[in-house]
Amino acid sequence: MFRRTLTALAFVATPALAQQSDLTLAIQLEPPHLDPTSAAAGAIDSVLYSNVFEGLTRFAADGSVEPALAESWEISEDGTTYTFTLREGVRFHDGSAFDAEDVKFSLDRARAEDSVNAQKALFEGISEVSVVDPATVEITLAQPDGSFLFNLAWGDAVIVAPETIEGIKQSPVGTGPFAFSEWVQGDRVELTRYADYWGPAPALEAATFKFISDPTAAFAAMMAQDIDAFAGFPAPENIAQFEVDPRFQVLMGSTEGETILAMNNGQEPFDDPAVREAVAHAIDRQAIIDGAMFGQGTPIGTHFAPHHPDYVDLTDLSPHDPEVARQMLADAGYGEGFSTTLKLPPPSYARRGGEIIAAQLREVGIETEITNLEWAQWLEEVFRGKDYGLTIVSHTEPMDIGIYARPDYYFQYDNPDFQALMTELTGTTDAGDRSDLLAEAQRMIAEDHVNGYLFQLAFPTVADARLKGLWQNQPTQANPLAGVSWAE
Amino acid sequence: MIRRLAPGAALSLVFVVAALLSYLWTPYAVDGMAIADRLKAPSGAHLLGTDHFGRDILSMLMVGARTSLAVALVAVGIGMGLGVPLGLAAAARHGGWLDEVIMRGNDLVFAFPSLVIAILITAIAGPSALNAIIAIGIFNVPVFARLTRGAALALWAREFIMAARVAGKGRVRISVEHILPNVTNLLIVQGTIQFSLGILAEAGLSYVGLGAQPPVPSWGRMLADAQTMVALAPHVALMPGLAIVFSVLGLNLLGDGLRDALDPKLREVRA
Repeated sequence: MFRRTLTALAFVATPALAQQSDLTLAIQLEPPHLDPTSAAAGAIDSVLYSNVFEGLTRFAADGSVEPALAESWEISEDGTTYTFTLREGVRFHDGSAFDAEDVKFSLDRARAEDSVNAQKALFEGISEVSVVDPATVEITLAQPDGSFLFNLAWGDAVIVAPETIEGIKQSPVGTGPFAFSEWVQGDRVELTRYADYWGPAPALEAATFKFISDPTAAFAAMMAQDIDAFAGFPAPENIAQFEVDPRFQVLMGSTEGETILAMNNGQEPFDDPAVREAVAHAIDRQAIIDGAMFGQGTPIGTHFAPHHPDYVDLTDLSPHDPEVARQMLADAGYGEGFSTTLKLPPPSYARRGGEIIAAQLREVGIETEITNLEWAQWLEEVFRGKDYGLTIVSHTEPMDIGIYARPDYYFQYDNPDFQALMTELTGTTDAGDRSDLLAEAQRMIAEDHVNGYLFQLAFPTVADARLKGLWQNQPTQANPLAGVSWAE
Repeated sequence: MIRRLAPGAALSLVFVVAALLSYLWTPYAVDGMAIADRLKAPSGAHLLGTDHFGRDILSMLMVGARTSLAVALVAVGIGMGLGVPLGLAAAARHGGWLDEVIMRGNDLVFAFPSLVIAILITAIAGPSALNAIIAIGIFNVPVFARLTRGAALALWAREFIMAARVAGKGRVRISVEHILPNVTNLLIVQGTIQFSLGILAEAGLSYVGLGAQPPVPSWGRMLADAQTMVALAPHVALMPGLAIVFSVLGLNLLGDGLRDALDPKLREVRA
């Protein structure tokens, strides 16, 4: 009798206890280490950005820049001095206080001569960082920079503490709403809620980031509900099934990922703009989006995110027309066609897209030899070694049109006009002027057909139907969990 | 005898004919993509349906059979071409240093897991059908060498070999004229079995992306490409899977049938 009562009680109690306060979120790639300030790997930010680490400013879910560790700031008349007022009472996860010295340390470390920061260009304009008092930092720029606050929001510009910098790659210590607790390599990273967080306390008590790279395993884990959500679901063909299943919700977001068919501008035959234009005409963007991504993606005509207000639709510059492409190749002296290499990294947009592009290029007489590479090999051979003819990759950094001003970048586009334009853009703070310059820049690389511009990568998140507050879009690679909660 | 050979031979023949026919004709071009027609179930227009790029699966299987059979055939060729002479030499010099060297070399190759080494070879030399052939072929060598040596040793003790030696024939001549013809039936049987293992190995290597590279169709890669679509269109994974199953089954049945037909001992028992 007594036992029966207990059982009955347990049943009554269950619904109240069922209120879940932990989350298991899967992403595809595992970070190589956990220091966002010393590697280009986006997976580091996917786990840590706005969860463990914060910068002076940060990206909001809609891509705008909002205050984070800096409560407010003042910009001098000439636009070269930024005075930041820091948030008070902020503590690192190890209990030490956050103050102006930490800001100076972090920024000086990032812009130092021997810094290994992957985005050193973000800090190039800084000429001095000085501590006014523990809650005020003054940053002096060599010249006005209209995107300085934006630059500070990047994951590469987060604030770290000098006391804990030694072990940052294995046990990161930041100021964010979640503290790092464990990293089981090859499997997961665990975070726990940080009780002394300066902002509103997150609803979740604990969060686990799980790394599942295989699309089949991702599908199985999601279907079996071993994971609560998968950010950036890697098998676009399975999305439709989740959409019709009442257990799940699908958030179809956009990313900053311009997916391009990169051409080696420093090497024959792609040093000839006419050949590049021919390639652009040979490509059928919609067929690639349908065939490789099952319809998920927005066609682009230049290296710029379509959801950005300054985006110019330039897809008309290179409509799909094999006839025109063949003619252009003939005029450029490649009437017989030519053969080149097509090196593909692992994601399905590249592997499948590559097969489709190979077929489309074959139609106009360009033979491609496909080589499938792992990421490490791709970085070595293509990105650093520049040993390739064609490759497909998605550039997921926000506002990264500036890479076209770097002649040593892997596609080796060297145009002094464009470089001058970028220098001018950096020195421009007026919003209207910036828009004009950005439009001109987009048009310049599109008319030069530097690369084949394919589509903006979609970002499908599959999640338990009861989850709220996940980022739908990816203004930067991140999965901030402070605002995530389970529905009642 | 024919009755036991028939099913295996027929099944194997289907794949050989399909592979040969694909040189002359396939229902559709294998590189003909039609995204709009993707993942169509089997129908009159596409007998086995279409894959995720709208390519005709039957056509791809026919050309894929070519890849599989060619890889397996050359791999068995390498194995026999090197393994049989080695085995004959070892038997002819039984107990001598040459025998030792050859057989310990065999043991060495046997000590490594073949598929893992094949992956290593293709990882170093780059993925391609040719490297897959070499990798699979190397591991066929000790199989044939051992088989040949074992059978040859038994023959060396027989009276007709002694007669040949008394008649003054050298070891090389005896090996070629008397030993080899008498181990041929064994080699044919083992050859068919290695052939089916070669098909499996090729499918395995191209499944992990180390065999024939796209756009050349191969069964293993078709299977790999289809695996995330199993829930969506099962036939895309089922068709190459069945092709692998039936070709291997056919060759194994053929091997069994051949053994029954060629082995004199079994023949006597049954008679």
